[in-house]
Amino acid sequence: MGGPFLPLEIYLNVAISGLLTGLVYGLMALGLSVIFGVVRVVNFAHGEMMTIAMYLAIVLFASYGLDPLLMMIPLAAVLFVLGYAMQMTMINPFIARPEHSQFMLLLAVAIIIVNGLLIAFGPDAQSVQASYSFDSFALGPLIVDATKVYAGGAAILAAAALFAFFRYAPIGRAIRACADNHTGALVIGLNVKRLYALTFGLGAACVGAAGSILSLIESVTPSLGPAYTLLAFVIVITGGLGSMTGALLGGILIGLTEALAALLISASAKSMVSFAILVLVLLFRPQGIMGKRLS
Amino acid sequence: MMKRLLHGVPLHATVLLALLLAALVVAPAFANDYLLTVLIVILYFAYTGQAWNVMMGFAGQLSLGHALYVGLGAYTTAALYVHFGIGPWIGMPMAILISVACGAIIGFLAFRFGVGGVYFAILTIAFAEFARIGFDHFSWVGGSAGFFLPVANYSHDDLMNLRGRPAMFYYVILALTAVAFLLCHALMRSRVGYFWQAIREDEEAARSLGIDTFRYKMYAILISSGMTAPAGVFFAFYYNNLFPEQTFFILRSIEIILGPIIGGVGTLFGPIIGAFLITGLAEVLQELLTWYGFDPPGAKRVFYGLCLLVVVMILPHGVWPPLSRLLRVDRETERTGDKAEP
Amino acid sequence: MNRQSHTPPSRRNAGTTRRTFNTGLAAAASLLAAPAIVRAQGGPLKVGVLLPRSGAQASIGQDCQRGVDVAGPILKSLGLPDLQIMNADTETNVEVARARAEKLVNDGAQLLVGAFDSGQTTAIAQVAEQKGIPLVINIAAAPPITEQGYKFVFRNFPTAPMILGDAFNNQKEIFAATGATPKTVVFMHVNDTFGTAMSKAVPGLMPKFQMPYKIVETISYDPTARDLSVEVSKAKATGAEALMMVSRLNDAILITRELVKQRWSPMGVLSMGPGWYEDQYLKTLGRLSDGPISLVPWYDPNKKLSKQLEAALAKQFPGINLNTNHIYTFEAVLVAADAFRRAKSTDPKALAEAIRTTNITENVSTGPGIRFDAKGQNVQLKNSAIQNRGGKLVTVAPKAASNAKPEFPMVAYDKRR
Repeated sequence: MGGPFLPLEIYLNVAISGLLTGLVYGLMALGLSVIFGVVRVVNFAHGEMMTIAMYLAIVLFASYGLDPLLMMIPLAAVLFVLGYAMQMTMINPFIARPEHSQFMLLLAVAIIIVNGLLIAFGPDAQSVQASYSFDSFALGPLIVDATKVYAGGAAILAAAALFAFFRYAPIGRAIRACADNHTGALVIGLNVKRLYALTFGLGAACVGAAGSILSLIESVTPSLGPAYTLLAFVIVITGGLGSMTGALLGGILIGLTEALAALLISASAKSMVSFAILVLVLLFRPQGIMGKRLS
Repeated sequence: MMKRLLHGVPLHATVLLALLLAALVVAPAFANDYLLTVLIVILYFAYTGQAWNVMMGFAGQLSLGHALYVGLGAYTTAALYVHFGIGPWIGMPMAILISVACGAIIGFLAFRFGVGGVYFAILTIAFAEFARIGFDHFSWVGGSAGFFLPVANYSHDDLMNLRGRPAMFYYVILALTAVAFLLCHALMRSRVGYFWQAIREDEEAARSLGIDTFRYKMYAILISSGMTAPAGVFFAFYYNNLFPEQTFFILRSIEIILGPIIGGVGTLFGPIIGAFLITGLAEVLQELLTWYGFDPPGAKRVFYGLCLLVVVMILPHGVWPPLSRLLRVDRETERTGDKAEP
Repeated sequence: MNRQSHTPPSRRNAGTTRRTFNTGLAAAASLLAAPAIVRAQGGPLKVGVLLPRSGAQASIGQDCQRGVDVAGPILKSLGLPDLQIMNADTETNVEVARARAEKLVNDGAQLLVGAFDSGQTTAIAQVAEQKGIPLVINIAAAPPITEQGYKFVFRNFPTAPMILGDAFNNQKEIFAATGATPKTVVFMHVNDTFGTAMSKAVPGLMPKFQMPYKIVETISYDPTARDLSVEVSKAKATGAEALMMVSRLNDAILITRELVKQRWSPMGVLSMGPGWYEDQYLKTLGRLSDGPISLVPWYDPNKKLSKQLEAALAKQFPGINLNTNHIYTFEAVLVAADAFRRAKSTDPKALAEAIRTTNITENVSTGPGIRFDAKGQNVQLKNSAIQNRGGKLVTVAPKAASNAKPEFPMVAYDKRR
C-alpha cells in the first residue's frame, strides 16, 4: 500500500475529519464518564440510549424539518428525563451491588432498547439529510466537511455547557462534592439519591445531544447500539474513567488515530489500533490520560 | 473418590442430582430432534457458563471476553482438521494450550499491572475484539469469508472425528458439562478454591493474610480459559462453519455469561439452571408470541430483556440460592453463593 | 414462527386460561412426540422460510421476506399448487438458525427456504441433510455450500466467482457500447463474507477476462465502519479513473456522501454487490443517487413473470423497487411450488427428486432459467447491469435483457446541483 507516500494535504484532511468526528464521540463518552465518576455505575446501555436520540432526531427532521443541531437541546432534555427516571426507579437499588449485577441490569435495558427500536423504526439504516449535508469548505488544498465542522462545534458547545454547570451551578458543585466524598456528602445533608439521579440524567443528556448531532454525520440502525457502547468505553478508559476533560481528549485521540491508521495501515484493521491504545493505557496508565491515580 | 466428592452434601441432594443426570442421559430416547437441539444449546451454555464461573464466581474477576477462548479453541481444531487431517480429540490439547497461553498473557498483563474490576472487564473485551479483527485478516483460516469444515453425509456416528448425528453431539456436550461440574466441585472445595473466595471477598485483606493474589488469580484465568477451549471445539464441529464476526463478537461473550448470572454467580448449579432458564425462556417466548399472533421481529427479544430485568431486580443473587433453599439442598450455596455479595 | 394459515375461530374464542393451558399442552406434545410422520401426502406443501429478520441482518432479512409475502397470488395465477408458508426468524445467529430449522421440520415443514447468510445457511443445510428435507437457498454466495456433497441442498443463486466473472463481461459490454473505458480503477470492498469472497476471486479472474483496466489499489474496510472519509480520501489520492465496489447499504451511502464532499467524481461507480441499487440508497441520496452501475444477480425486465412480480410488489409494498432480495427469495418459493406440482406429493424425498429435475424457463432472474447441476447449483444464472436513474433503476446490460442504454461516464456530482 502506498500510504506513507501520499501528499501532505491528505494527511491534514484526514486528521481534521478525524478530529471533528472525535469531538462528537467525545461528547457521547463524556456522558459515560460523568455517570461513572459520580454514581460509580458503568452504563452498559450507553450506546443504545444514544441510538434512541438519533432516531428521535431523524423523526423530528423527517416530520417537521427540524434541524438536529437545534434539536440537540430539547433532545438532551428528553434523554435527561429518561436517565433521571432510570436512575430513580431501576438503577438506584443496584448501586451497592456487584459489577456483574449492574452489568446484567443495563444489558437487559440495552436488549429492550435495541429490539424496541427495531419494532418501532424497522431495520433500515436512516440518517438526516440537511440542506448543508453535502457542503464542504475548500481552504487552499484542504477540503473540510462542513457538516463535521458544525457537528464538532456543537459538541464543543454542549461540553462547555456541562463544564460550566459543574463549575458554577450550586447543584453541579454539590454533585462534584458527592463524587469526591460520598460519606461526606451524606454528612452535610445532601440528598444523594437525587444527586445521583441528576447525574445520570446529565450523562444521558450528553448522549441526547451527541445522538442528535451524530444523526447528521452517521446513519443509524437499531443494532448499532452495542458498537457505540463499546466505542464509548474505549474513549473513556483511554481518557480516564470519571474524568470529563479526559473523555473529550480521548474522543479526539481515538478519532484521530482511527483516521490516520486507516490511511497508514489497512482500513479494515483501523479499530485494532484503538484497541491497542486501550490496552496500553490500561496497562501503563490505568487511570487514563487525564484521570486521577486510583487509590 | 466418590466419598470425597459427596462429602457434606445432603443425601436427598445427591438423589436429586442423580435424577437430573439420569433424565439427561435418557433424554435422547424420548426427545425429538428439535428438543435435542435445544438441549444441546442449553448444555453448551451450561458448560461455557461453568468455565466462566471459575473466573468470576470463584475468583471474582469479571471477564466479558470469553468468546475469545471459544474462538481460539474452535479455530485451532478446525484448522488442524482441515489443513492436516488431525482429529478434534488430538487437536483439543493443542486448542487448550493456545487458549491457556492467551489467557496467561491477558492475566499476566492485567494482574501484574493491577488492572481489576470494570477495567479488567474492558481489557478482556479489547482482546476479544482484537482477535475478531485479527482473524478477519487471517486468510489461512478463511479470514472474514468464513472457515468451513467439510460435511460428509453421516449415516453413522464417528466419535473420533466428531462427525455424526445430533444425539452423538448431545452426549459429547453432556459429558463435557458433567466433567466441568465435577472439576468445579473439586476446585470449590480445594485450597485454591478457598483462596479464590478470599480474593473475591476482599483482595486487599487476602493479600494482607499472605495470599499470593497474583498467583491465584492467574490460576483462575488459566483454568477458566483452558476449560472454555473445548466448547469451541464442540462449536466448530457441530456447526461446521466459523466466521470471526460471529465467533469473537462481543454479544457471544455476553451470551456465555447470561446463564451463570441469572442462575447464580459463584454457585455450582447456577450456570446449569441459568442455561436452562435462558434458553428455555427464549423458546417458550417464541411459542407464546406465535400463539398470540404478535410476532414482529424483535418482539421476542424485548420480552426476553424484560424477563432478565425482572429476574435481576428481584433475585440479586440469581435463581439458584433461593431455589436451593426451597429444595433444602442449600448447604453448599449458603457458604459460597449468598455471602459472595455484601 | 407464524403460520399463515390461521387458528380456527372457535379456538380463538376460547378463554385465556384455556388457551394458555392448550399452549402448554401443545408445547409439551410438540416437544415429546416422536416425529410421527406428520408428512401427510395430501394437503398443501408446508414450506418453512428461515430469514434473519432481527439482529444485525434484519434489514436484508425483512426485505427478503417481501419476496415470500407476495408469492401466493402469483403462484396461483401460474397454476401452481397451494403452499403453506411457515416463517421463522434466525435472529442473525447460527445457533438460533439451527434450532428454528429443527422446530420447523418438527412442526411439519416438508421443505425449507433460506437463509440469506452463508453461516446460517450452512447450519440449516445440516438439518436438511440429516432429515432428508430439501433446502432451497434463496441467497448465500459462499462457494463451499454447494461443494459439500449435500444431496438435499439446492442453490438458485450465483457463487461469488460467478458474480464477479459475469460482472466483468457486463463491464466490457458497457465500455464497448459507450466507447468509454477506464484505464485504472481503485477497488474498495467491505471485509465481510461476501466482500472477501469477491476480492479473493479478483486476481484469478482479471487476466482470464482480459480486463482493459488495472487495479491501482485495493482498499478493504471493516463492516462496522461508521465513517469512510479516510478510505475515500485514500481512493481519491490514487488518481484512479473509476471506482469498483463491493459494499453493503450503509457504506454505499457513506461513500457517496464522501465522494460529493471530497469533490471527487470518478468516471463511474461499478458496484458488484448490494447497496447502490437499494431503495434506501435512492431515497436517502435523491439526485445524488444517480449514476452508479450495479453488476449483480438481477431480473430480466422483459420476462413476463418479472412484470407480474414487479406489479405484485408495488401493490403490496408501495415505494419498494423490485431487487435481488425479492427476486431470489421469490424464485426459491417458485422452485418449491414447481417441484410440488411435479412430485404430486409432499414427501420430501420425492420433492428433492423433483427439484433435481427442475427446468423452469419462465422465471424472473436474468439468464435462461432455473436448473440445478449435480451439486445442486444453478450454474446458468447471469448478472445484469443496472443503473440508477432519476430515483428508478434501469437495466443497461446484457443487451438482450435490458431496457435502457448505459450512461457512462456518469454525470459528475458537482454538475448536478
